[in-house]
Amino acid sequence: LAHGGGGSAMRDLIDGVFRAAFADDGALPAAEDQARFDLAALAAKGDRLAFTTDGFVVDPLFFPGGDIGTLAVCGTINDLAVGGAVPVALSCAAIVEEGLPVEVLRRVAASMAQAARAAGVPIATGDTKVVARGACDKLFVTTTGIGVVRAGLDIGIDKARPGDVILVNGLLGDHGAAILNARGDLALETAIESDCAALDGLVAALIASAPGIRMMRDATRGGVAAVLNELAEASRVGVSVRELDLPIRPEVTGFCEILGLDPLYLANEGKLVAVVPAEEADAALAALRAHPLGRGAAAIGRVSDGRPGRVVMETRFGGARVVDMLVGDQLPRIC
Amino acid sequence: MERAEEIVVRGIVQGVGFRPFVYRLALRHGLSGSVRNAGDRVAIHVAGAADALEAFARALNTEAPPLARINGLERRPAAPPEGAGFAIAESGAGEVSVGIVPDVATCPACRAEMGDPAARRHRYAFTNCTDCGPRFSIVAGLPYDRPATTMAGFLMCADCRSEYDDPADRRFHAQPIACPACGPRLWLEREGAVLPSADPIVEAARLLTAGAILAVKGIGGFHLACDATSAVAVAALRARKQRPAKPLAVMADLAAAAALCELDGAARAALTHPSAPIVLLPLRPGTALAAGVAPGQRHLGLMLPYTPLHHLLLAEAGLPLVMTSGNRSSEPQAFRDAAARRSLAGIADAFLMHDRPIARRLDDSVVRIAAGRARVMRRGRGLAPLPLTLPEDFENASAVLAMGAEVKSAFCLTRGRNALLSHHLGDLDEPATADAFGEAHADYAAIFRHAPEAVAVDLHPAYRASRDGADLAQEHGLPLVAVQHHHAHIAAVLAEAGWRRDQGTVIGIALDGLGLGADGTLWGAEILACDYRAMTRLARLAPIPLAGGDAAAREPFRVLLAHLDAALGRDAVDAHPLLARRFAGRPVATLRAMMDKGLNAPPASSAGRLFDAMARLLGLAPERLSFEGEAAMALEATALGHRAAPYPFAIRTTEGGPDGAVLQEIDPGPLWRAALDDLAAGRPPGEIAAAFHAGVADAFADAAADLAQAHGIGAVALSGGVMQNAILMEAMERRLAGRGLAVLLPAEAPANDGGLAFGQAAVAAARLMASQAAEG
Ligand SMILES: [Fe+3]
Ligand SMILES: [Mg+2]
Ligand SMILES: [Zn+2]
Ligand SMILES: [Zn+2]
Repeated sequence: LAHGGGGSAMRDLIDGVFRAAFADDGALPAAEDQARFDLAALAAKGDRLAFTTDGFVVDPLFFPGGDIGTLAVCGTINDLAVGGAVPVALSCAAIVEEGLPVEVLRRVAASMAQAARAAGVPIATGDTKVVARGACDKLFVTTTGIGVVRAGLDIGIDKARPGDVILVNGLLGDHGAAILNARGDLALETAIESDCAALDGLVAALIASAPGIRMMRDATRGGVAAVLNELAEASRVGVSVRELDLPIRPEVTGFCEILGLDPLYLANEGKLVAVVPAEEADAALAALRAHPLGRGAAAIGRVSDGRPGRVVMETRFGGARVVDMLVGDQLPRIC
Repeated sequence: MERAEEIVVRGIVQGVGFRPFVYRLALRHGLSGSVRNAGDRVAIHVAGAADALEAFARALNTEAPPLARINGLERRPAAPPEGAGFAIAESGAGEVSVGIVPDVATCPACRAEMGDPAARRHRYAFTNCTDCGPRFSIVAGLPYDRPATTMAGFLMCADCRSEYDDPADRRFHAQPIACPACGPRLWLEREGAVLPSADPIVEAARLLTAGAILAVKGIGGFHLACDATSAVAVAALRARKQRPAKPLAVMADLAAAAALCELDGAARAALTHPSAPIVLLPLRPGTALAAGVAPGQRHLGLMLPYTPLHHLLLAEAGLPLVMTSGNRSSEPQAFRDAAARRSLAGIADAFLMHDRPIARRLDDSVVRIAAGRARVMRRGRGLAPLPLTLPEDFENASAVLAMGAEVKSAFCLTRGRNALLSHHLGDLDEPATADAFGEAHADYAAIFRHAPEAVAVDLHPAYRASRDGADLAQEHGLPLVAVQHHHAHIAAVLAEAGWRRDQGTVIGIALDGLGLGADGTLWGAEILACDYRAMTRLARLAPIPLAGGDAAAREPFRVLLAHLDAALGRDAVDAHPLLARRFAGRPVATLRAMMDKGLNAPPASSAGRLFDAMARLLGLAPERLSFEGEAAMALEATALGHRAAPYPFAIRTTEGGPDGAVLQEIDPGPLWRAALDDLAAGRPPGEIAAAFHAGVADAFADAAADLAQAHGIGAVALSGGVMQNAILMEAMERRLAGRGLAVLLPAEAPANDGGLAFGQAAVAAARLMASQAAEG
């Protein structure tokens, strides 16, 4: 790819790659600068608009279980879904480093289109820029999403109450471990794959089964630990989790032991943390487990009124450990 | 000739029987007047014959009660007091007593009384007086009077009341005063039900001699006790407590102690000190002690009985007893009855209980003898809250709250020259410890009436204490002073040694586990040039990558691999027949990939990890350490008693880090090659370990001495967790002193992170004083 300022090479690139990939969604208007939506149709889905954006940078671009494209589509859909919104449409902006093979771009665009189609959420508008070598690392993608929040649903990170039950929809840490493994060439025999998935369908089932649901968050960067800490902080409650209840596959546990990492801090791309009232926990768990993306769902802990703002894990040896918010890199602390 | 004076005594003079002592002294010298507590000092108004007054003033110093510590005595002429006789005046209105002293081991007078069949307190397990007994562990509030202690629920009987009210009695105002008629009582229980027995002590001793494990409620918490000579009992205790290897402390009377360990003068002094700490002492060969008490160790953690309960129990059992903290592995020591019953239920066969509540958890203090004197490794029961003293020219320093580190956490409050270094609280990633840290801080702030003017923290942003300190500073609008970890270690030694701010720069040798450096990389074996305010790094151990971060501190093969790869090259490591066995089954390729890619493998110049690696090479450390210091302690124990020429290091000059500063780098490559050759040649591990110790000592001492000479510096301070190693400390002291340098060593403030807050406080105070001076 040669870089340039909106000339014919650029036009060719967009037409040749992204338009081709997203074309059959039919939402990208041929020659306009913006996607247009029918307000009445949106209003029928709920009572508030949800709007989110996220930039994606990942090394390597392709990894077991996905690539930067699936990540960008699923990540933005999930950000809408965990707010209780029905996703309506996405945008996509790509910053491409000069010299990136067109084939790479084509593969990414194809997987974006596939992920969007699978979720039934069109990529309705987009933009691409090519920058000089070294000005970015291969490919950066930014996706923005619009959704409509279900009428009457009132969820938020500050709404957890003592006694509530904390759920996750499946195995934790797969994405983070897969990325590190792919990046590191770590000589490990492991088949860990990213869990990258769009969770809007799962969320719909969860909300239907647990109408009193307090909050949901996708456990991406900083992992489940980050979500739990934000929850404890915002709701001014204590959070306790049991190590033995955390659904983590043995390969990930082993991987983390060697790398000296805590799986609770590993990123996930298809996992959410949900807090539901105790009386709705069984129904919520059953609904999650009935969904293909929630088969490994588990109740991992409880909200309590002790130690507001603090997350405590009961370890498998019966001890207890504070699960802190990560500060910067995971620097060793043992003196 | 008659004279009258006002005498003001400063120091630890409250809560230690000082006023009754003054009263008795005045009567003896025929003086009239009064004595009263005045803030944090004692004021004496006194009149009488001139020579009697002189003798009185002298005796204030020479005959002061054992627990008192006089830091200053000022005399000035005064108007004669009204009236005759001598009186103990009530504390003035609004004056809060700050005389809260540590818990004190049972004094000889009380022991004699307990042994006297005619005495009221014959065999009474809660006997105490103004010279001994519980103090800090029973203080529930202020002022330090009985209603504000956990003795509040015990109504004094008439006999105790008259002793308490009599200035001539040794129990005058002894707040925990008690007797069998009115005081706390003992019982034995099992599964929550009282075990009927005529004498719980006799029954408890019978259970212990029969091999049972007992939970014993003590001063600052619960112990788990068993017969230290029974291999079966010790093994059962280890299994139930899930503590496979960490040495267990033993309690024995002095005669039994002398049979177990070699006791020199310093050891006896440390054991019999009123703080009654656990003292690490060289084990005699062939004692009756079960091998499982201190497996692989050449030292035993030994303490004397320090409460009447302990004295009675030991005398009755006639055995040395394991007395280890009452907790499950990784939990803090239990100190409340309900929690103890819950957490020790699966461990103890029975509980020896009493009904005097413990106000706060105080672990036993731990000291060891090195370079001729006792050095505190853990500051707990018996030592806290005794203040440390900052040097003379900190008189006008701001009040500082220093938050300490992450492990072995302890904080420090200062005001002027007084520095209150808290008791050992534990590791802050343990939630109950984090709670206790907050409670203890509130506690000390109230006792010391402390309102900080600045908060000092470690540079490491992820230490819980650093985050909490930053929050506190922000909340109260106070300046936040971040102090580099090893600068704080060295400053603690300077402050303890009385090094004045105007005495200038010293060389600091910090041999430590790990601390975040000023350049954002991890440090842990550094030679610094520093005063209180500023620090420059002059030399470091060559860094190696810590593959797995904290995992490298738990699994020494990780750092062994990194050191050997650096010293020999990977091909030579892979081809070495001895090493192939060392690394068999370990994820060598993965660890190397992590180091190459920088995946959780931050470079660190850690002395602690160097010791771990050598212990692992010699087969002295398990694959995974079960307690901190396990590898280093085993290496030291192995080296003990061996002499060997030091292994060599290479020294080179390098550019250290992003700022491009020139650094000396102390490279252990030659040491590893020599040790491997020796190992292959079948040289005994003891000699290899000794050559290693000597090599580290010489390399750092010589480099420091050269740097001192180059910079015109005359004093060297040693600190960091690795300096708890007595062989190392003594070898370095000798070598540095041989180069004509003044050597400053840690003693009261631990060399490990338990002393860090004291150094942080000194640095913060000095910086604030300097900036205030600059502002004019
Ligand atoms: Fe340290
Ligand atoms: Mg996101
Ligand atoms: Zn006494
Ligand atoms: Zn009484």
